[in-house]
Amino acid sequence: MIAFNKYYNQFNILSLSLVVISLLFLIFKGLNFGIDFKGGILIELRSTDSKVNVSSLRDKFNQMDLGDVSVKKFGNETDYLIKFENKDNKKNIIEDVKKSLDKSFGNNIDFRRVENVGPKVSAELLKSGIIAISVALALMLIYIWIRFEWQFSLGAICALFHDVIVTLGLFSLLGLEINLSIIAAVLTIVGYSMNDTVVIFDRVRENLRKYADIKIFELTNISINETLSRTLITSITTLLALVSIFIFGGEILKGFSLAMIFGVIFGTYSSIYIANTILVRLNVSQKTILKDEKKN
Amino acid sequence: MLYFSKLKIICILVVSLFLILIASSNLFKFDNIFLKRNINLGLDLQGGSYLLLEIDNKPVIEQKLQNLTITIRNYFKEKNIKLVNFKLQNEKVLFKVNENDKQNVLDVFNDEESEINPYYQRFKSHQLEIDEENNFLSVKFSKQGLVKLKTSSQEQALEIVRRRIDEVGTNEPNILRRGNDRILVELPGLDDPMRIKTLLGKTANLTFRFVSNNKEDSFGNEKLDYEDEEGSEFVSKRIILSGDNLLDAQPRMDSETNETVVTFNLDRVGAKRFGKATSTGIGRQLAIILDGKIISAPVIQDTIASGSGQITGGFTFQSATDLALLLRSGALPAPLNIIEERTVGPDLGQDSIDAGIIALIIGFVLVIFFIIVKYRIFGVITNVALIINLLLLVGVLTLFEATLTLPGIAGIILTVGMAVDANVLIFERIREELKNEKNRLIAFDSGYSKSKTAILDANITTLLAAIILFFMGSGPIKGFSITLGVGIFTTLFSVYFIAKLLTVLYISKNKNKEIVI
Repeated sequence: MIAFNKYYNQFNILSLSLVVISLLFLIFKGLNFGIDFKGGILIELRSTDSKVNVSSLRDKFNQMDLGDVSVKKFGNETDYLIKFENKDNKKNIIEDVKKSLDKSFGNNIDFRRVENVGPKVSAELLKSGIIAISVALALMLIYIWIRFEWQFSLGAICALFHDVIVTLGLFSLLGLEINLSIIAAVLTIVGYSMNDTVVIFDRVRENLRKYADIKIFELTNISINETLSRTLITSITTLLALVSIFIFGGEILKGFSLAMIFGVIFGTYSSIYIANTILVRLNVSQKTILKDEKKN
Repeated sequence: MLYFSKLKIICILVVSLFLILIASSNLFKFDNIFLKRNINLGLDLQGGSYLLLEIDNKPVIEQKLQNLTITIRNYFKEKNIKLVNFKLQNEKVLFKVNENDKQNVLDVFNDEESEINPYYQRFKSHQLEIDEENNFLSVKFSKQGLVKLKTSSQEQALEIVRRRIDEVGTNEPNILRRGNDRILVELPGLDDPMRIKTLLGKTANLTFRFVSNNKEDSFGNEKLDYEDEEGSEFVSKRIILSGDNLLDAQPRMDSETNETVVTFNLDRVGAKRFGKATSTGIGRQLAIILDGKIISAPVIQDTIASGSGQITGGFTFQSATDLALLLRSGALPAPLNIIEERTVGPDLGQDSIDAGIIALIIGFVLVIFFIIVKYRIFGVITNVALIINLLLLVGVLTLFEATLTLPGIAGIILTVGMAVDANVLIFERIREELKNEKNRLIAFDSGYSKSKTAILDANITTLLAAIILFFMGSGPIKGFSITLGVGIFTTLFSVYFIAKLLTVLYISKNKNKEIVI
């Protein structure tokens, strides 16, 4: 048996500081919102022409006077991703840009993806993203409240918040882009982290019924160990799938799979070191669950 | 209980085989109508354009209020109530009325039987709201009135948008309403939406009006610019003809001048008016105006009684074709703005499919390999269930002709990773039970029953996340939520029916041997 409970305090301090650091990053550095949430234009292009490179593209765009333009390589040697804001809300801006690029590089450009998100739409998408995550957290809270006692819900929710905040904090730290698929990833992380926590909690409750005289500090450790191989196997198979998406799934899914990879790791960690320690700190005992069961 | 009745086994086999057959229709083309189903590929996989249009209802509201001003004035005139100082401000009609008549006017507007202010029984609301505002009475659209107005202009716009896109002849366009002032247009396979954007960007409000440089016009006049060249003219506000009177319009090459023109035919009313205008106005310039810009202003040479004519304006063949198309399909009730646009080229779509499939195969192989190493014979059972799970998932998606997107493929791969969870929970539980229980059958049985709550919890939490995503998500994200959500059901099916059936068969065949999980 591994003595997970030996490090409860250390890891709690670590998690707390990670959450605080993440929050600081989120407040002071903020998130790198993509055009889905910030509005603007994205162009993915491919060209085998040797004249087309990051600096020539950047020069060309600067001449077009579009304000801040970001130009970078996108996966392949021949692929580029260009992003800029459409500050003056020009109507035919995409056509103008395409024409101007075709003119300077002699029609050697393949426009693989063009996206233009207006300010109204991006504000709505951001709002609905935030609502979706809040609703998801609230639903999970209600669900676990119905299934378990309040001490357990608190533990699970703390674990969820930890996972979401630290994942977003890491995105802020690394300056990775937040787009619609990241919201999908965060919601999936919420589901996954919850799932992991619930499996351990289920065992904790079972053991609480079985052993009246074992303290919760020991009991959580027993439960974690009993479910450990399941926790590991599921995390590993999920990570195998995600790493495969990350490496082979193409550039567009990179952010999504990376967020999920972080989330699965944090989710596994938090169900062991956050959810359970809350039970310990709240001094959950056999009485906690029996009292509730008598009521029913 | 570790027992499957014959009937149950048959049901499981029938459901599985049926869904697998449906799934296979993506690979083979069946002639059978029922099997002729395919998973639709989302725009991000097959390439195409997605346009979100917003109707700018402001001009419509202003126009309606303008008309309302006349209605209100005439209505009260008949009742000998004089309304004065009409003005239009902030989408409101303001006017003044004698203090004695004020209550009377308010009553007319607030009466449920009101002749000028329709009352919607269903919404318990009038079309218009009347208020007092420093000495003025103000009339504006109520919330419900505004909703009605927007819905009706959306309906009209939807029809016109559909006609214009149909005329261009793109492949299976998808045109849907969104909210009450937006229209979503999906154009599969279209990699350059420029032409469609240009066509949808025009209201196509066509009018024929006399040029009136000498300001004798009783209707008033306004200064309008020419469409292409520099310069402008004063044009009468009186409309001789509008696009509504047009029956047909076609681009044509004028054989005499060698110029591309647009010819048109008018309906009876239009022909009459055109004939009259051209007979009285010989020698005057008749301006042809599209969306507030003058296309051309030819001098009338002769009376045109035939009800057909032509528009010149230095067109190229393309621009003449487009103008004719716009005139044929009719004017939009209000201008449309493109507020979101996403276009994916066909080769990027194909690349995404390829990458998705490679990721799926590799992820799948890794998971299968890991599970076999971990569980040996029960790993094989898990993997068989996993493969069937995948086929069932594709089968269900095909059955409902769901749309598969790139995040949707990611959802399938993720399902592969997470689907083993339920079997792992069961097998781990059985391992534990085997430690204390001599009777293997009982150990297996309690392994299945004791792991049930954890498995249900795990799947319900994921399902909740998928449902929320489905309702908030757009396009690609919706595809993800669908595969994730459907994946949960196929996973439970494959775990509790397929894997369990195989497990039961295995242990009943090896009753006397040692079984190691």
